[in-house]
Amino acid sequence: MRSPLLEMRDDGLYCPGGDFYIDPWNPVERAVITHAHADHAVAGSRDYLCSGTCAPLLQARLGGDIAVQPLGYGVSISIGSVSVTLHPAGHILGSAQVEVASGGYSWVVSGDYKLTPDSTNETFEPVRCHGFVTEATFALPIFRWPAPAETFAEINAWWQRNRDDKRASVLYGYSLGKAQRLIAGVDASIGPIYTHGSVQILNDIYRRSGIALPPTTYAMEAGTKDFSGALIVAPPGMNGSAWVRRFGNFSNAMASGWMLVRGHRRRRAIDRGFVLSDHADWPELLSAIQQTGAEQVWVTHGLIEPLARWLNEAGIAATGLKTHFSDEDENPREPEPGGLETHGLEPTEAP
Amino acid sequence: MKKFAELYFAIDGSNKTNDKVAALAEYLRNAPAADAAWAIFFLRGSKLRAPVPSRVLAELAAESSGVPPWLFDECYELVGDLAETAALLIAETLDHATEESLDAFITKRLVPLRSMDKIEQRAFLYESWRLLSAKERFVWNKLITGSFRVGVSEGLVVKAIAAATGIDSNVVAHRLAGAWQPSAEAWEALTRRDVTDANPGQPYPFCLAHPLDVEPASLGDINAWIIEYKWDGIRAQVIKRLGDVYIWSRGGERLTERFPEIVAQYSALPDGTVIDGELLAWKNGAVLPFADLQHRITRKNPGKKLLETTPARVLAFDLLEWNAQDVRPLTLDQRRELLQALPFDFSPLLQPENWKAAAELQKGARELLAEGLMLKRKDSRYGVGRERGVWWKWKVQPYSVDAVLVYAQRGHGRRASLFTDYTFAVWDNEALVPFAKAYSGLTDSEIREVDSFIRRNTLEKFGPVCTVKPELVFEIAFEGIQRSSRHKSGIAVRFPRMARWRTDKKAADADTIDTVKALLKEQS
Repeated sequence: MRSPLLEMRDDGLYCPGGDFYIDPWNPVERAVITHAHADHAVAGSRDYLCSGTCAPLLQARLGGDIAVQPLGYGVSISIGSVSVTLHPAGHILGSAQVEVASGGYSWVVSGDYKLTPDSTNETFEPVRCHGFVTEATFALPIFRWPAPAETFAEINAWWQRNRDDKRASVLYGYSLGKAQRLIAGVDASIGPIYTHGSVQILNDIYRRSGIALPPTTYAMEAGTKDFSGALIVAPPGMNGSAWVRRFGNFSNAMASGWMLVRGHRRRRAIDRGFVLSDHADWPELLSAIQQTGAEQVWVTHGLIEPLARWLNEAGIAATGLKTHFSDEDENPREPEPGGLETHGLEPTEAP
Repeated sequence: MKKFAELYFAIDGSNKTNDKVAALAEYLRNAPAADAAWAIFFLRGSKLRAPVPSRVLAELAAESSGVPPWLFDECYELVGDLAETAALLIAETLDHATEESLDAFITKRLVPLRSMDKIEQRAFLYESWRLLSAKERFVWNKLITGSFRVGVSEGLVVKAIAAATGIDSNVVAHRLAGAWQPSAEAWEALTRRDVTDANPGQPYPFCLAHPLDVEPASLGDINAWIIEYKWDGIRAQVIKRLGDVYIWSRGGERLTERFPEIVAQYSALPDGTVIDGELLAWKNGAVLPFADLQHRITRKNPGKKLLETTPARVLAFDLLEWNAQDVRPLTLDQRRELLQALPFDFSPLLQPENWKAAAELQKGARELLAEGLMLKRKDSRYGVGRERGVWWKWKVQPYSVDAVLVYAQRGHGRRASLFTDYTFAVWDNEALVPFAKAYSGLTDSEIREVDSFIRRNTLEKFGPVCTVKPELVFEIAFEGIQRSSRHKSGIAVRFPRMARWRTDKKAADADTIDTVKALLKEQS
C-alpha cells in the first residue's frame, strides 16, 4: 500500500503535495471546501477553492469579501505536485467530493454525501480511487431511509390536516440544504409557504443557481397575522422561541434522519418527526465505499467506530479519524453571529 | 393489532393531552371488549411476565437482520430501546397486513411464547414479524418486552374511558384500582352502568400530596391543618370486607400474603372498613430503616425468622370506608375522629403552636427516620390523585455532597444516545472512590452541555460505560445513607440526584469520603 496523499494535522486534513487543507477547522492559507455547512467551512482562511454552485453559498455564510476560486465539477487543476478534481456529492447544492491525484494514484475526500438523487443539488457520482475518506453520520444498520416520496406524502398529509383544522404547520429543517429540499418537495398547492430569514436568503441563492423552488415569502413580510393553513419552514433552533409563537395555533415537526429514532424526536418535544436526511444511510454508505474500489478507507464525522470495524471485518482496511467536531450532530451548527444575521435580516430574532 | 398500533402512534404523535384522550376514547368506542381491556392494561403501564428474555429477543432480531451481535449492541446503545432497535433492524419482508385483533396477538402469539423453547420462539417470532409493518412491529416488540411507555398517565386513561363510555370518572378510577386483570369481562364490568360495585378486595384510588413549594406561613392558621410525620415506608390501604383483610400498595400491588401479622391485627376491624396509612418495619417502639422493610416487601411468603427480626405494622392516618359506606366525602377531621375510635396504631397528630414550631419538628424528623412532615387541610375531602393545596408533603432538606463525575453511560427513551446516567466519586486521599449513581436533576440544556463534555473527555470505554476525565463537580442530594458491604465506598445512599452543577468548583474541591461517612453518625 502506498502512503496516502493526505495526513491529519492540528488544523485538519492536509495535502502535503499541494500544501492545502480540505475542510480545515481553523483558518489556514489555502482551504479546499467540500460544502458550505458550518462544520466544513470555517471563516478566516486566506484562499478558498470550492465548486461553482458552492461559491455563492460560501460567501453568504463567511462574508462576501472572502477570496473564493470556483472550480467546475470534473475539471482538474494542478496545485503543487497534485491535481485536484471536484465531483458531485449529492449532499446539498454545490457539495463536492475532492479527488486528489498524483502519478496515477488517487484519494477522494467525500465530505458529506448521499446517493439518492433530489432536485435541489447535483447527483452523487461514484469515483474510483485508491483511498477514500467517508463520513459516518448515520453509520449503523438501523438507518435505512424510507423513499423520499413516502416522507413527502406524510408531510403533505400532516400539512393538509393542519390546514383543515385551521392550524399553521411549522416545519424545522436546517436552513442550508434541508430547508430547500423540503420546499422543493412539498405539494405547494396545499397553502402558502413562509420562511425564516436565514432560509429565505439561501432560497434566493438556490433560485439564482437554477434550482426550481415554489414561491416562498419571508415570514416577517407576510402582510398577515393569520397563518392558519400555511407552512412555515424554519431552522431547528427556532423551536420553542418567541419567533414561532407569532404563528398562533400550530403543529410543529422536524425533518431529519434522526427522526427515525423515537427518543431523538421525543426529547425535542415536537409533534411529528419526518425521516428525511441529506446523508447516506447504512446501505448507501456501504455501496458508495464499495463502488470506489478503495484499498484504504478513512472514516470521519459521526458513528466512526462501528463503520470502521464493519469495514475491517469485511476485509477493507479502515481507520477512524478523530474530528474536531462532536459526533452525532447531523445538523451542523447554525452560523455564528456575524454570518447570516448581519446581512440585515431580523437581527433581533436570533433565539 | 393494526388499530392498536395506530392508537399508539396517534398518542405518540401529539404533546397535547386532549388529543391523546380523544384518540384513546375513539379507540375504546370501536374496539372489541377484549381489545379495549388489553389496551387499557398496557397503557396503564402493566405488563405480562417477560415471555421472551430480552437477550433472546436481541439475538433473534440481530440474526434475522444479518447483523453481528457487537453491531446490534452499538445500535441498541444509540436507540436506547430494545423493542425499537429490533423493529428498526428486522428487514421488511412481507407487505401484507394482518387483520388479527390485539386480543388474538396477545393470547395466541404472546402468552404461548413463555412456555416454548428457543427454537419454537424463533419460529413464532419470525412469523409474527412477517405479518406486521415496521411500525406495527415496533408496537408488537414493545408488548413483548413489556416496557410500554407512551406518555399516558392514569388520569388520562380514566378520562378517556369516561369519555368513551359515559361512566363517571371517579367510578372508573375506583373500578380500576388494585390489580385489574384484562379480559372482555373485566372491560364489561369496568363500563357497566349500575354502580353497586361488588368486588370485596377493591381498594380506593389514593389521594396524593404535593411537595410543599410555598412558605408554610402562607398556609394560614395552623389550626386549620392536621400535621403528622411523613413516615418512610410504603403507602398502603388495609381493607376489611366480608370477613377478609386485603392490603394494597399505592402501586396497585396486592401485599396481603406478605404481611400476615398485619392481616391478623386488622381481622378485628368491623366489616366494611378501609383505612389508609403507612406500612413500616417497626420494632421496639421505633421505625426500622427502609432497607429492612424492603426485605419484607420482596419476600412473598416471609419465614418465621424474618417475621421476628423485622416485624411490620401500619400507622393509620385516614379512613375511607366505614360501616360499608364510602366516607371520602367527609372532611378530614371528621374522618380522623372516626378513625381514632378504632383500637389501632395511628400516625400521631403533632400539635405545634405555630409554623415556627412546626419547622422545628420538621427539622428533627430525620431522627425518627421520618422524611419530614405531612400537612393536610382539616376540611379536605379524600380526593382522587394529586390535588394542589390540600395535602402537602414537607420534606426535610436532603443530605448533600459535592462529588466528581467519573463514569457516564447513555440514557434510555427520550434521552437515548445522550450521556445522562452518571457515577459520582468523592476523594479518599489521592483517589476518587465512586459512591453514587444519579441521572436526574439537570435541565435539558445542562444535559446537552455535560453530554458534549463527556464526548470530548472520554478516557476509556468498558462496553457502554465511559470513564470521563474527572473535572465536573455536582452537588449530589440524597435522602438516606447506610453502611454497605456491597459498595466499594462502604456506603449506600438513597434517592441520589443532582441538586446543582457546581461550575464554580474544581475536582479538587469535591468532598472526601470521611465527610460522607460523618453523615452516617449524624443519622444514628
